[in-house]
Amino acid sequence: MSGTFLGMPAFPRNAEKALADSQLRFNLRKATHTIRGRRASVVEELPDWQGLRAAGKAIKDDTLRNLERHLLQAERMVTEAGGHVHWAADAEEANRIVADLVRATGQTEVVKVKSMATQEIGLNEALAAEGVTAYETDLAELIVQLGDDWPSHILVPAIHRNRSEIREIFLDHMGEWGRPAPANLTDEPKTLAEAARLHLRERFLSTKVGVSGANFLIAETGTLVVLESEGNGRMCLTLPETLISVVGIEKILPTWRDLEVFLQLLPRSSTGERMNPYTSMWTGAAEGQEFHLVLLDNGRTDVLADEVGRQALRCIRCSACLNVCPVYERVGGHAYGSVYPGPIGAILTPQLRGMGSELDASLPYASSLCGACYDVCPVAIDIPEVLVHLRAKAPHRPAERLGLKAASWVLDRPARLRRVQRLASRFRGLVPKRSLPGPGAAWTQTRDVPSVPEESFRDWWDRTEGGAR
Amino acid sequence: MRVALFITCVNDTLFPGTGKAVVTLLRRLGCEVEFPPAQTCCGQMHVNTGYRDEGVRLARSFLDTFAAYDAVVVPSGSCASMVREQYPKLAAGMGATRPEAFAAAHGGRSPFARAVAEVTPKVYDLSEFLVDVLGVTDVGAYFPHRVTYHPTCHSLRGLKVGDRPLRLLSNVRGLELVPLPGAEECCGFGGTFAVKNAAVSSAMCADKVGHVVATGAEVLCATDNSCLMHVGGALGRQRAGVRVMHLAEILAATEAGR
Repeated sequence: MSGTFLGMPAFPRNAEKALADSQLRFNLRKATHTIRGRRASVVEELPDWQGLRAAGKAIKDDTLRNLERHLLQAERMVTEAGGHVHWAADAEEANRIVADLVRATGQTEVVKVKSMATQEIGLNEALAAEGVTAYETDLAELIVQLGDDWPSHILVPAIHRNRSEIREIFLDHMGEWGRPAPANLTDEPKTLAEAARLHLRERFLSTKVGVSGANFLIAETGTLVVLESEGNGRMCLTLPETLISVVGIEKILPTWRDLEVFLQLLPRSSTGERMNPYTSMWTGAAEGQEFHLVLLDNGRTDVLADEVGRQALRCIRCSACLNVCPVYERVGGHAYGSVYPGPIGAILTPQLRGMGSELDASLPYASSLCGACYDVCPVAIDIPEVLVHLRAKAPHRPAERLGLKAASWVLDRPARLRRVQRLASRFRGLVPKRSLPGPGAAWTQTRDVPSVPEESFRDWWDRTEGGAR
Repeated sequence: MRVALFITCVNDTLFPGTGKAVVTLLRRLGCEVEFPPAQTCCGQMHVNTGYRDEGVRLARSFLDTFAAYDAVVVPSGSCASMVREQYPKLAAGMGATRPEAFAAAHGGRSPFARAVAEVTPKVYDLSEFLVDVLGVTDVGAYFPHRVTYHPTCHSLRGLKVGDRPLRLLSNVRGLELVPLPGAEECCGFGGTFAVKNAAVSSAMCADKVGHVVATGAEVLCATDNSCLMHVGGALGRQRAGVRVMHLAEILAATEAGR
């Protein structure tokens, strides 16, 4: 995955920093609660939601089980329709393929429709190193790019920004990238959108190469499907002379019938809409256009090899799990140090990147295991299960290991537990209520310690014969 | 019917009053409960912190201890959910280095997987046992206080106890039940999460405390003393004047016992 986040500290430290930003917390709370409510109301109105959810899960599972067959079929169909298919094992290979394709056109600029896969591989940075500028054209991605910032949400990448911050970013930076914002720009959403529209329109009409991702790839016809809300994506897909789509291999669906299920699940889960506003579909190369499909692995086959963890590959990037997550709501996306934040990021990033860095090893612990994410997931990814699964594989600190081993030694024998309980009861007066030493200090920063009882339950039971005496 | 009490290690060690309340309550309802002394812990802390082997060892011991009973009552939604929801996942390889190999070698046929399938359906959270097994929603309790109820995550989304605790509370004489805003949001305890991610945990707790205080309740009730220890610890630190009580303790209270 992208090197952008390399060297970030572990999640708890990033989270502490984010928690101190009251503007950020206000923006996040407002945005997540709004989308959360909208999703809930459009999901509740469907009597067969759980059936759809089960179908989505089953289709994805079955497709992943036969991934090779579907991918080869898609390659054949795309090629027959005049497209070119490239296979990329990792980020480096994918970036090189795209850079070579752009260089072959002789162009130094590309327009991009918002794509998680190209962010995952750090395509913009790789293209910049080759002297090619990538222009983001999704409104929120534009805000992120102009602000020299990172996306903090899968669906609404600028969720951490409010409109007055956006106004400042437009005024300060739009001119550096193209048509500047009007000097009398206000923070009214309509005015902000108009400034972005004029800025982007110039870009669309002058750029000859487009880069996209895709939400789905239908194997039976080789058709790519992009869902978006602005229409900017459609311009990226249709105006340029060369279109390059970078698509994760797990995005494949066998048939158009399968797509029907996901066109219901995705909009309701992500934007809380009944139907997606702009759904673009294309098969191979359009007349006068050159089309390249880059199929990206970048760790996905490793995830597929893990029987418990592989369910993360069912993800359709709706971000419903982010919007209900109490941890995400309070810290935002940057703390996760990945283009995939929130609960899905906490299970996807450590599987795609491994748990070699301090940050990646801390991600499976960035959850209270409250289960809200699993409840809303449209493809029923049991995120808490995968979190626990990954925790077992994560490296443990020696001090923690010692503590947990000691605890299990005590709990392995009732007699040992009883001895420890009696010891605690005897010295109960010495347990500080407000400031524990060692790791307990993290508890007593905000919480009192409960008082240790004079007698444990098991001692009471024995002494009174279960309360009979 | 042989009924066993699984007290849980947290209640056993820190909150024996909850266990005594369960015994009092069940006895009042004509149900004798046994306390198998070999019990210790369900293994949740170890499994959820990433120590699968230690957790599985505790799970095996739990299954041995309670195999002979017809029903196991647990005054903790979280521990009951660990047994009923997570043990089957452990048996299917969750946390194993090579789950596929593990499941192939053990899938459904290992003694562990068999014991999980046999024992775990008999495990009930207290509210489930009262409503579903004993068939009562009015336990004859008297508790003349203003109470708000926090549905803990593992009881709500794990066990899916639904409104059982609320039905039990609404039949308590003298009790005024006030709804808790944002009730279904996690309080931020999360076991070792409370220490490993103390800042986020505390931020979640602060919001929960704000909601609790806004209700004007005298008592915050839940089915998990671990969550209550967390929220109650913050309520105490802020001298908010709100007590925390386990559901069992409210249901055990009677007019005669005042």
